[in-house]
Amino acid sequence: MKRNINILESIDWLTIGIYLLLVIFGWINIFAVGYNDQFKNIFDLKYNYGTQLIWILASFALIFIIFILDHKVFPFFSYLLYGLSILMLVAVFLFGTEVHGAKSWFRIAGFSIQPSEFAKIGTSLALAKYLSGYNITKFTFKTFAVCSAIIGMPFFLILIQPDPGTAMVFIVFLLVLYREGLPGWILLMAAFISGLFLFSLLIDIPNIVTGLIVLALIAHYAINRRFRVFLISVLICAAIFMAAFYANQYFKLGYQKGLVVIVALTVSGLICLILALRYKIRHVLLTLTLLYGFIAIPYSVDFVFHRVLKPHQQKRVNILLGKELDPKGYGYNVNQSKIAIGSGGFSGKGFLEGTQTKFNFVPEQSTDFIFCTVGEEWGFIGTSLVILLFTGLLIRIVFIAERQRTRYVRIYAYLVVSVLFIHFAINTAMTIGLFPVIGIPLPFFSYGGSSMMAFSILLFILMRLDAVRMVYL
Amino acid sequence: MDQFKERKYSVGIIVLAVALILLVRLFYLQVIDTSYKLSAENNSKRIDFEYPARGLIYDRNNALLVYNQPSYDLMIAPYELKPFDSLELCNILKISPQRLREGIRNSYQKRRDPFVRQLSPETYAVLQEKLYKFPGFYVKARTLRKYEDEIAAHLLGYVGEVDDANIASDPYYSLGDYIGISGIEKSYEKYLRGEKGQSVYLVDVHSRIMGAYQGGRFDRNARVGQNIICTIDAGLQKYGEKLMKNYKGSVVGIEPSTGEVLVLISSPDYNPSLLIGRQRTVNYILLQQDTLEPLFNRPLMANYPPGSTFKTVNGLIALQEKVITPDTKFYCDLGYYYGRIKVACHDHQSPLNFPQAVQNSCNAYFCNVFRNIIEDSKFNSVTEAYNNWRNHVLSFGFGNRLNSDFTNELPGFIAPSSYYDKYYGKNGWKFLTIISLAIGQGELLITPLQMANMTAIIANHGYYYTPHVVKEIQGQNSIDRRFTEKRFTTIDSAVFDPVIEGMDLAVNGGAGSTAYWARLKDIIICGKTGTAENPHGEDHSLFIAFAPRENPQIALSVVVENAGFGSSYAAPIASLLIEKYLTDTVKRTWMEKRILETNLLNKR
Repeated sequence: MKRNINILESIDWLTIGIYLLLVIFGWINIFAVGYNDQFKNIFDLKYNYGTQLIWILASFALIFIIFILDHKVFPFFSYLLYGLSILMLVAVFLFGTEVHGAKSWFRIAGFSIQPSEFAKIGTSLALAKYLSGYNITKFTFKTFAVCSAIIGMPFFLILIQPDPGTAMVFIVFLLVLYREGLPGWILLMAAFISGLFLFSLLIDIPNIVTGLIVLALIAHYAINRRFRVFLISVLICAAIFMAAFYANQYFKLGYQKGLVVIVALTVSGLICLILALRYKIRHVLLTLTLLYGFIAIPYSVDFVFHRVLKPHQQKRVNILLGKELDPKGYGYNVNQSKIAIGSGGFSGKGFLEGTQTKFNFVPEQSTDFIFCTVGEEWGFIGTSLVILLFTGLLIRIVFIAERQRTRYVRIYAYLVVSVLFIHFAINTAMTIGLFPVIGIPLPFFSYGGSSMMAFSILLFILMRLDAVRMVYL
Repeated sequence: MDQFKERKYSVGIIVLAVALILLVRLFYLQVIDTSYKLSAENNSKRIDFEYPARGLIYDRNNALLVYNQPSYDLMIAPYELKPFDSLELCNILKISPQRLREGIRNSYQKRRDPFVRQLSPETYAVLQEKLYKFPGFYVKARTLRKYEDEIAAHLLGYVGEVDDANIASDPYYSLGDYIGISGIEKSYEKYLRGEKGQSVYLVDVHSRIMGAYQGGRFDRNARVGQNIICTIDAGLQKYGEKLMKNYKGSVVGIEPSTGEVLVLISSPDYNPSLLIGRQRTVNYILLQQDTLEPLFNRPLMANYPPGSTFKTVNGLIALQEKVITPDTKFYCDLGYYYGRIKVACHDHQSPLNFPQAVQNSCNAYFCNVFRNIIEDSKFNSVTEAYNNWRNHVLSFGFGNRLNSDFTNELPGFIAPSSYYDKYYGKNGWKFLTIISLAIGQGELLITPLQMANMTAIIANHGYYYTPHVVKEIQGQNSIDRRFTEKRFTTIDSAVFDPVIEGMDLAVNGGAGSTAYWARLKDIIICGKTGTAENPHGEDHSLFIAFAPRENPQIALSVVVENAGFGSSYAAPIASLLIEKYLTDTVKRTWMEKRILETNLLNKR
């Protein structure tokens, strides 16, 4: 009895308050999408708002169970739960139902369950467990490798469903690794590589390669400050490149431009290496490795884009990047979504007054595009409220994380922040055309049992652990 | 212990930065950029128009001239289409499968454009019974014009779909609307069209109606067009068209006491039913290519020199300026001689006083009259005298548009003195230079409408009402005020008697009467013949007349092109029309027969 009272006192009610606001506001918007003249009662299971209400109540029940359970259960069973998640992902690959071309769902007794949503919980627990281990005091390559493996397993299993959107979410765990000591340059490198990915889609590869070579040469000069050698390398590179291109053209060899670039690169790289050794240039191997590594990126992006991505996915990326204009075709979703949100104006059209969302102009409006209804019916006031609630929630969880005495809970809290953040950021950004349309839900908002319950569990495991922060040693 | 504690700030900053980006973007999207609101309206708002029936047009005796017939447009609601027997539909509509495919494809872009316009009643009857088999196809009712008697095509005008210019100049119209393009249909479009009704709906992504927009605040019921009673006498018009069938020319009849146009004929004309609905464009091109120019609205647009009919005006001016008196006599020796100039005249007794000169249409007399006007010692110069003469002429409504309710009226031409100055130099011209004007030739161009108005002025002893074709508009207290205003000429009413006497003599005066062909038992017709010189071929036969002499009921101008002297065809046609209008029957069947059996259409 005494312990329960303690829990109620030490629960972070602010977080729960924000959670409840988001859930209620989310449901109101799902109700607005589904509402029509045939409205009977809010439990009408023929409509999304009815089922969502069930899911919300189910989530509350799960939360209750979480609070009844001993807090030690979570660290203790972390790996088990992770293993279970992986098992589910394998199972769904074998026995799942295909919806929209992806095998992501179990259909059991009329309900659909999406294991990938729950896999986020298992992965978070396992990562927290591993990183908080007593033997992990310094961030070594081994630590990084194990973490990558923990993240990588569900990532690839979801990627091959294929559900690249949900898989992408797992990359965000890198943010946690950073908090726990992953060197900053890796994050910077990741940012640089992401930028490179983007440019690879926008600019012709030879141009990027040229740019990278220029960067490498500048770095080479910045490190060594030896102008003569720098000039010689520049001249050699330029000469070899020109020679390669002219040879290809003059002798009508007909090799692809990319291949010529590779040949020229290899030759000039080797010459530069010999030169560097001869003049005792520092870091030349690192510079060259990085250069070749980076140069590989655009080629692999090109390969993935054209060989792995499906045409509709290519189109979506192209539209986002502004390379294609197609308001009636693949860009339709985003366009309609922007129209719905934009037409809300400052104060919105009012509850149940949204025409764009109610009349199906916006696709997937109660799931991935629920933010449109907020934008249309509640206007900028509503959307900024949602943004502020999420931001408040995230900052609050960071605060909660930092007050923990155990690394396990702290790491877990950061994982919760990461997952919620990436969902919130990508989902809202895609509805307003800042990000490609990838189907991931807005936490606590979007219609769907799996995501509603998974996010609730994810958050309330933290609440449970945080509630005993004083007693847990 | 925790050397990376500072990194929590990096995480916080990333979260805040993203939140800020999202907020800025949302503020731009929702508050600053207003284009999305418009897109949303276009997305979800649909305006359905309800087209009212156009107002009907009646003649002055309340006989129906123009009414409406139903017409059906076949529309496609693309998102409601379901698989159907396309071949059957093609067979019913008598169209090719390609046309159907195209129509369906287009319907996604332009949802309000009819797929098939104006289904024939037969097609509609068949289609209506089977329409349930073709979900997504529906029929929209419109109305087209129908003509009771197929007369007065030019006067009534026609109706067609609005063009871009119409839409740009009047926000009332939108694509697919009908608008009056000529005649009464155009002039009185505002009344005839009524007012479109509209229902503004909210539609979903499949164009299905989801309810009224803003509670039906913008919904309006259609208001049926106002009926119009025009001034035409349908019987007279029909009879006139019959008489003129074989002639090129025009007839304009005006009621002098009101300015109401009783009859307005342009010959050859066309059947107004040709310019209805779907076949209008095709037929219009055919009519345009017709060498007889049936689309040319002669009474308003043809310019003729008025010939001897103009002698009445010159006489009136001379009498008004007191340069002659009714008793003034001039000699005529088969013409007027002045130096080497000769204006020929025909053989008649000599000398003549003024009424006799009108009766005989003596060229020499009116050359003298005109000389007296132009060389009037009251004025310092020929130019001054000419300008004075011209002012008198303009007061008859010549040289300017009469400003009737016809939209395509032309002004004619009365040369200003500067015109002669330009040709002959200032003061380089004198009476002899412009002597043709004395007998209505030369630099004088007058439309048949103006000629009829001139006749009405004479009948009225000096004033006129602007000729108009509409007598009454349903729901309006009166017609435009410009039609009820008496307009006086510069000629005193007392001056008219000798001219009217002369016109009486011209018809009823026995020997020397130029227009004895027009004579009618029991009714005194006053008339004046004329011949408009035609440099391209046979002269045009002109005749003006009003009747009866006391309390005139009708004033007419008749032009028969390439028919020679005015007395030959124009006079009998006018006389028959007067007989028809005043007695309602034509007893002189022999005369009617002669007119009907002659054909001058191809004479040049």
